[in-house]
Amino acid sequence: MTFELSHFNAALIFALCASVVFGITQRNTARDMFKYGAYCFVLFIGGVIVAAWVMWAIKH
Amino acid sequence: MSRSGKDAAQTNSMAVIAPVAGWFLPGLGHFIQRRWIRGFLLMASVFVMFFFGLGMQGKVYSFNTGDLLDILGFIGDLGSGLLYFAARAMDWGIGNIHRAVADYGTKYIVVAGLLNIIAAVDAHHIAIGKKP
Repeated sequence: MTFELSHFNAALIFALCASVVFGITQRNTARDMFKYGAYCFVLFIGGVIVAAWVMWAIKH
Repeated sequence: MSRSGKDAAQTNSMAVIAPVAGWFLPGLGHFIQRRWIRGFLLMASVFVMFFFGLGMQGKVYSFNTGDLLDILGFIGDLGSGLLYFAARAMDWGIGNIHRAVADYGTKYIVVAGLLNIIAAVDAHHIAIGKKP
């Protein structure tokens, strides 16, 4: 089974999985786990978007 | 042995068993300590990363003593435990990479192993009482 993901979708799934693991392992209560996981997810995706725009700016 | 002695012995053994089990099968270190939801989420995350990586035709590293990045890739892949051994046994992830997205797949597989190591360490921390 092979499939192609767009770059952004690949980044999205990567961020989701990593954020779930980070949230669970780095915090102690369920509420804190969820909050930290969401925070990590936003940073991942935000970083991807910022990096994309930086690359666009360098190119142009 | 006194009851506190028995408890201490059980904690000591679980402190070793939990991370090893968690490394071998993602999430198992949490399951054996009755952290069902956490174990399931960790298992799902590692499995998704690993199999999506294979689906994108990522490479599974074998033992090597060549390029440093290849050695690190092998160590990362090994972190997935049983998933890695299954991939090697089934010859998944071999062959030359000839699609750009396959590079993402290779990184997915490595990171799946690294995330599983983090999860195994978390199982150890639960076993020693460092976290609930």
